Amino acid sequence: MNFMDEQFRLKVGLAEMLKGGVIMDVVNAEQAVIAEKAGACAVMALERVPADIRKEGGVARMSQIRIIREIMSSVTIPVMAKVRIGHFTEARILEALGVDYIDESEVLTPADEEHHVDKHEYKVPFVCGARNLGEALRRIAEGAAMIRTKGEAGSGNIVEAVRHIRTIVKEMKQLTVLGKEELVHEAKNLQAPLELVQYVANHGKLPTPNFSAGGIATPADAALVMQLGAEAVFVGSGIFKSSDPEARAKAIVKAATYYQDPVKLLEASEELGEAMPGLEISKLPEGELMQTRGW
Amino acid sequence: MPSKPVIGVLALQGDFAAHGRALERAGAQPREVRTAADLTPLDGLIIPGGESTSMLKLIDLEHLFQPLREFGSQRPIFGTCAGAILMAKEVLHPEQASLGLMDLTVERNAYGRQIDSRIASIPVAGESEPVEAVFIRAPIIRRTGGEVRILATYQDDPVLVSEGLHMAATFHPELTPDARIHTHFVNTVRKRYTEGVPVEPRQEHQTE
Repeated sequence: MNFMDEQFRLKVGLAEMLKGGVIMDVVNAEQAVIAEKAGACAVMALERVPADIRKEGGVARMSQIRIIREIMSSVTIPVMAKVRIGHFTEARILEALGVDYIDESEVLTPADEEHHVDKHEYKVPFVCGARNLGEALRRIAEGAAMIRTKGEAGSGNIVEAVRHIRTIVKEMKQLTVLGKEELVHEAKNLQAPLELVQYVANHGKLPTPNFSAGGIATPADAALVMQLGAEAVFVGSGIFKSSDPEARAKAIVKAATYYQDPVKLLEASEELGEAMPGLEISKLPEGELMQTRGW
Repeated sequence: MPSKPVIGVLALQGDFAAHGRALERAGAQPREVRTAADLTPLDGLIIPGGESTSMLKLIDLEHLFQPLREFGSQRPIFGTCAGAILMAKEVLHPEQASLGLMDLTVERNAYGRQIDSRIASIPVAGESEPVEAVFIRAPIIRRTGGEVRILATYQDDPVLVSEGLHMAATFHPELTPDARIHTHFVNTVRKRYTEGVPVEPRQEHQTE
């Protein structure tokens, strides 16, 4: 696998540019403009934020093209959009539209319960969710150029994002102390290609940037996952489901930059209103969990 | 100056970590910069790639415009991609604020969107072998002032330029293992130090 070829380097290159930043979910051009003005480094166009998908149910699909177009023409920062897991024609449509990144996302209703999109075949880069190192490496093997921990989208609860980033970081650290023959065994356990397992063992990190998503609702949440090893954050429902989207968006941008500086985090947290309502994950029926989608 | 100059990388947003690694390869000591106080001990500064709008927001929020301009009046700054946009006197598509430290007009996202990002091999003044230039949603330098030296072009547009103490690139030398461009900047920093007194960028250029 040539995961360092020219095209893959360009895909990872854009992810590199997003580091230390905040990628915000938006459902229309008006929200996109608010996000850009607040300092978002990219926006994610989707039909409904995860909290609404959770509440309203039904099948969640790629956004309407008209809305993505309006978002693309209203901001200058990169525009991402989501496709259903395995829905390679939704992905081709978004590539033809010219979005800057595609999120093959568990937040939408999966189109294929066994296969993900073969992402090497596209010129547009993909980001995929992961809960552990095996999932992350399988997505990279399929061509994902950015990994984000899944967390539990639309929950307003950081506990799953913390679990996932801690798991991935711990599993990467463990690989760095293993011998060559042990890595072969680990590749089997992780159900991931040996070449990628060896890369992580040698570098102590993924060959792509590793961001965090799913449950970030406050500046403190963003700083928490950054301190645990995330290189940037996605905020979905956390901004536009709060009582104060503009102020909160700015505060989370500040927190992603000053995640190691408690005084700046205090400034960012001051004078914010109500965060989005949160959900207790253990009270959610298993069928309503989004993080278990993806294989 | 110790044998290794201390060069800051503005770490508000973007690929500042990649620049830190590139500076180490070029024989400098990198430091991440997030506040005005962080600028004090530095011999030079890099403004990295990233989203210029995000960086501007944080520069504004944290009152860094004046400290950065003052730093640039005394010490060398190298801006890459978004950093080049921030260095320019004039920014187009859309118009936005900048530090105005180099006499350039820069158009944002001028090649198009991510699918128009590309890698090219380009000759650079003073280098016998070409340099690999990684362009990601890159800007184009549409105008250069009379004091600006053009060190490399791609498709007839300037992509690497210098003016007095400062440098700007519309591509990402930090995303390749090749340290030559960073070494060039580190040498500029060393030169300014050995020559002693702070000099106005343009005056220094005229003496070259």
